[in-house]
Amino acid sequence: MKMLVPLSAVIVMIIIALAGVEAAGLQALFGIAIPYIAFLVFVIGMVLKVINWAKSPVPFRITTTCGQQQSLPWIKQNKIENPSTCFHTFIRMVLEVLLFRSLFRNLKTELNDGKVVYGSDKWLWLFALVFHYSFLVVLIRHIRFFVVDMPFAIEIIEALDSFFQVGVPLLYLSGLGLLVGAIFLFLRRIVIPQVRYISLPADYFPLFLVIAIAITGIIMRYFTKVDVVAVKNLTMGLVTFSPVVPEGIGSIFYVHLFLVCTLFAYFPFSKLVHMGGVFLSPTRNLANNSRMERHINPWNYPVHVHTYEEYENEFRDKMKKAGLPVEKE
Amino acid sequence: MYDSGKIIAGIVIFLLFVTFPFYYNMGKAVAKPDPSVDTPVIKQMEKKQCIESKQAMKTLHMQLLNDWRDAVVRDGQRLYVATDGKSYNMSLQNTCMHCHSNKKKFCDECHNYMAVKPYCWDCHIQPKEGA
Repeated sequence: MKMLVPLSAVIVMIIIALAGVEAAGLQALFGIAIPYIAFLVFVIGMVLKVINWAKSPVPFRITTTCGQQQSLPWIKQNKIENPSTCFHTFIRMVLEVLLFRSLFRNLKTELNDGKVVYGSDKWLWLFALVFHYSFLVVLIRHIRFFVVDMPFAIEIIEALDSFFQVGVPLLYLSGLGLLVGAIFLFLRRIVIPQVRYISLPADYFPLFLVIAIAITGIIMRYFTKVDVVAVKNLTMGLVTFSPVVPEGIGSIFYVHLFLVCTLFAYFPFSKLVHMGGVFLSPTRNLANNSRMERHINPWNYPVHVHTYEEYENEFRDKMKKAGLPVEKE
Repeated sequence: MYDSGKIIAGIVIFLLFVTFPFYYNMGKAVAKPDPSVDTPVIKQMEKKQCIESKQAMKTLHMQLLNDWRDAVVRDGQRLYVATDGKSYNMSLQNTCMHCHSNKKKFCDECHNYMAVKPYCWDCHIQPKEGA
């Protein structure tokens, strides 16, 4: 059931797009209205989500550390695993965001003669890198549908992506990487019993969605073909706010577009929002300087404290008369 | 909101990324491609028909050319039999460009619009055209 619901959701969406375009002729809805709505939901949703996170106070340093913290001068500090300055935290964040260092520590847990043993497991890290970078390159490549003239940097990315010049249209490695990465992440969830046990429909749905997007994209580019010039007319209409629905774009394009719109609109409300969340993880983005700086909880109720010094000042004379010892004469 | 300086900077960067196509195209004219078949050879043809149907040529010409290249360069096979039974000499310069002698007004129209850079002319000699 945990897999069936998200799988049927994706299939139903494919059918909705197909039926909407082929039977009902709702090209304007699927080509213009839904993309605009999805884009707005994505952008506004992401911004509100981040602002909402930023409103939650993080009064104390809750850094997850896995190395020697800053201590006495002759004890060597692990500056990246246990940063104590802003700069080292920044390095740690850059490595986390770009290289997924925390996944590099992924472990495999097994029972061996009744004992729990842990082994290194780098596959998740490797395929997560393949998946995310492929997705990024795929996204960047799609810029060509949205600009009049291609920026030079994007041309270079495209040239590298099709470097091996396999077939015509040239095979993009990132398209393949995206599909392979997503399939690995899916297989991981069904093959490893522990991961399968904790996987929810919300874990499977984005995977099925991404796999469906990748497959429809690959089919369109390499197999059934759509009229790309007409597609670009449509996309350019969207970004120049003069939307048009050109004739004769294949239905599969609208399926692809509808799935992408679903992904965008779903993004801010799902686990996918880790795109923004990774930057705001208090366990990552804080320096472990609790022993150097005093962090005060901002919502502490102001408590009036009567210190011994104040007490003695108030009763010094009486204390002296009674023969009690005082700190200051 | 805590750390508002950093948060707002992050949001601004995010917005600049996602709205890139909207401001990048501002003030640039979007000219739709209009490939021309107005060449001396095509004008003289009675039935203006490419080797396959227009729709097939539009979406599949790159695969056709790729297959032609493999057939000619690797197998020495130069005879192409079209769907309608007519046969043609597999040659970009002598068959395709014989009729479509206007590369700039034909090939480049769509290729430039789609930002596609086919590598035909890495090996073939580009036809000389008066600009």
